[in-house]
Amino acid sequence: MVMTTFFLGIGVGLCILVFFVLYRVVFGPGIFNRVAAISAIGTKTLVILLIIGYLYDRIDMFVDISMVYALLNFIGTLAVAKYLEMEGERK
Amino acid sequence: MSVSSVLSILFMIGGFFFFFTATAGLLRFPDFYTRLHATGKGDTLAVLLALIGISIHEGITLNALKILLIAVFMFLAQPTATHAISKAGMRRGLEPWTKKEEEQ
Repeated sequence: MVMTTFFLGIGVGLCILVFFVLYRVVFGPGIFNRVAAISAIGTKTLVILLIIGYLYDRIDMFVDISMVYALLNFIGTLAVAKYLEMEGERK
Repeated sequence: MSVSSVLSILFMIGGFFFFFTATAGLLRFPDFYTRLHATGKGDTLAVLLALIGISIHEGITLNALKILLIAVFMFLAQPTATHAISKAGMRRGLEPWTKKEEEQ
């Protein structure tokens, strides 16, 4: 019972931190700040997904979702970085 | 409270602390490169601690092994992504923040 409450508290705290990072996504000057902030949000979401899986008692399902989320976050960040780099060379 | 629960709580609190400091750095630092410095290192350590905490609480199962696999993957992937973004910023011509610019 103590552990459930503790994990719930950590999850709610991480959700609040995600809202703070969202400020940088919306108002951040330039595209690079936005990409960095989205990468940070994806990292937090990975942990939140595992905590949700523990709270629902279905961690065997949520661990796969979390793994796919980590892969997609990494590939997406690399793709956007590569695209922006090519954009800079064209000028 | 067993020993594994206490260890798990300690690791999770450490992970949350580093998530908090990384977020504070992302919000408060003056420049793109300094913000990337805060999130790149802080988030890597935080996600490592949090995933180890969850897997300790899970015990020795296949799921705990998968969670540790995610931790190893994040430990490799997060610095690579940070390096790629910062290199793109450098190629694009973003100037690093210096103290001299602030005074002028």
